[in-house]
Amino acid sequence: MDLLHASLSTILSAPLLAQQTAFLLDGATGILLGVVISCLLIATGAGQILRRQPDSSVNPAIVQAFIRRVRAWWLMTAILAVTFTIPSPVATVVLFFLISFWALREFITLTPTRLGDHRTLFWVFFVLTPAQYVLVAMGQSQYELFSILIPVYGFLFIAARIAVAGDYKRFLERIAKIQAGLYICVYSLSYAPALLYLTDWTDPEYSTKSTAGLLFYFLLIAQLSDLLHFVCSRLLGKNVIAPNINASRTWEGFFAGTGVTAVVGAMLSLTGATPFNPWQSAVMSIVIAVMGAAGSMAMSAIKRDRGVQDYGTLVEGHAGVLDRIDAICFAAPVFFHLTRYYFTTASG
Amino acid sequence: MRKGPLVGLANVRYHEGIPLVSCWGKVAEQVKFNFTGPFLAGLAKVVAGSSVRWVDSHPDTCQRIYFANHTSHIDAVIIWASLPKHCRELTKPVAAKDYWDRGWFRRYLARSLNAMLIDRENIKVHRSPVESMLKEIGDKYSAIIFPEGSRNDGTNLRDFKSGLFYLAKKRPDLELVPVYVDNMTRILPKGEYLPVPLLSRVIFGPPIWLENGEPKTDFLVRAREAVSRLRDV
Repeated sequence: MDLLHASLSTILSAPLLAQQTAFLLDGATGILLGVVISCLLIATGAGQILRRQPDSSVNPAIVQAFIRRVRAWWLMTAILAVTFTIPSPVATVVLFFLISFWALREFITLTPTRLGDHRTLFWVFFVLTPAQYVLVAMGQSQYELFSILIPVYGFLFIAARIAVAGDYKRFLERIAKIQAGLYICVYSLSYAPALLYLTDWTDPEYSTKSTAGLLFYFLLIAQLSDLLHFVCSRLLGKNVIAPNINASRTWEGFFAGTGVTAVVGAMLSLTGATPFNPWQSAVMSIVIAVMGAAGSMAMSAIKRDRGVQDYGTLVEGHAGVLDRIDAICFAAPVFFHLTRYYFTTASG
Repeated sequence: MRKGPLVGLANVRYHEGIPLVSCWGKVAEQVKFNFTGPFLAGLAKVVAGSSVRWVDSHPDTCQRIYFANHTSHIDAVIIWASLPKHCRELTKPVAAKDYWDRGWFRRYLARSLNAMLIDRENIKVHRSPVESMLKEIGDKYSAIIFPEGSRNDGTNLRDFKSGLFYLAKKRPDLELVPVYVDNMTRILPKGEYLPVPLLSRVIFGPPIWLENGEPKTDFLVRAREAVSRLRDV
């Protein structure tokens, strides 16, 4: 009876305890979220006004694309906000696991593999991908294994498993394709939720705050820089970077967009959601913007090679998950490591 | 025959006042609504991540023969699941009796998917697969068939067997709808039992009919063309 009572009280008090210690949505994150929601409200309003203008000089197709984009951002913000209200970072990790899984699905679907790769793919989808996210959820104590599981053990395993399957045709090419998919869609992306588990901040004031703000800041800057590169390319663009890969991305847009992102990043640091002061935040924003642009270019190159417009082409003409996260995938590891090396004591 | 409720979840047919529930098979056969069917349809859709397209064609409850390329065990389930619910209830996938009639579990699955089991070994003059298929669909149901006979290797369609031609000849009123299932070979290839969750496509094309006096080989080639053409739309 006593035992029952004890276990019951543990079960009942556990969620309460968790709520006190690990509630993700704190004040600073709330301010950041508020800023985003007001921006989205303005964007939605602007979209509606543009759409109702009967003889505007703006191309209606662009307005439609803009409205669709804003809608996607609303969805992303809503999902993130809901995840943050769950009093455990595990919910966010699960969310990113699902995104990874779906992105990898799109990637491998568009990448020709042979029948001999079937079992390897099964391992990649159902063992390596979940394992990576389990390690993320185990926190900083598993940092070492988390950072080498896929690029060391996973990659060796893939090569060996395909060899055992006995099909040597285009062997190197097939290994590289599966490894690239796993690396970009799973390993790189998993650094984003890993931000939640960063501890031992050098700034003692930040230690009391929720790391959800940091993740949100990162995602926001990555999405924003993507948009700013696009807008600046439209307004100022002259010299296209690589016309065969992306006809609309220009050098002028790249530099101007990155500059504006840095200014916005510096202002966002005033919300207190990050451990950065304004100029540190500006530098971080530049890094995210540059890596994001690199990610978009690299993923576009793969798309062009496969002759598709979007990764989601298979799904009723919508842009796929991978089209939305390409910038995040490339920026996440760099942002994570810079933050960990310069703003925590974990690197020793 | 009259209909009545059985524990509130389904309509069971009664025969002279006695409900036809003597064994599992009978229940599955008589129960109009089952949970396993929609569940399997949903599961197959998730596993195969299928998107559906109707090209110059629309879902309809009129009697049809859906004929498709055959690359994996779950093709039939995927096509069946891709149909809207009101069409799905009137559509029976055709399955090989020698495989699906073995063991209670396979039999149960086949029943919940509304499948008709066609004997491809024990063929007699008046019990040819075409005859028994026509008897099963009557004047109400549509069918999903795979005229290649067995699964292809995923690169090229095999030549079509003549069953489709005889179906069309005996029942010229049936709409013959070509279906192309894309990428299923990679999701569950021949000889594998664990699926890899890639994305697939199911494409329905415009219906064809047997032309007056069209020779068998010409018709079969044309039907095969109708399926393989959908690959590139």
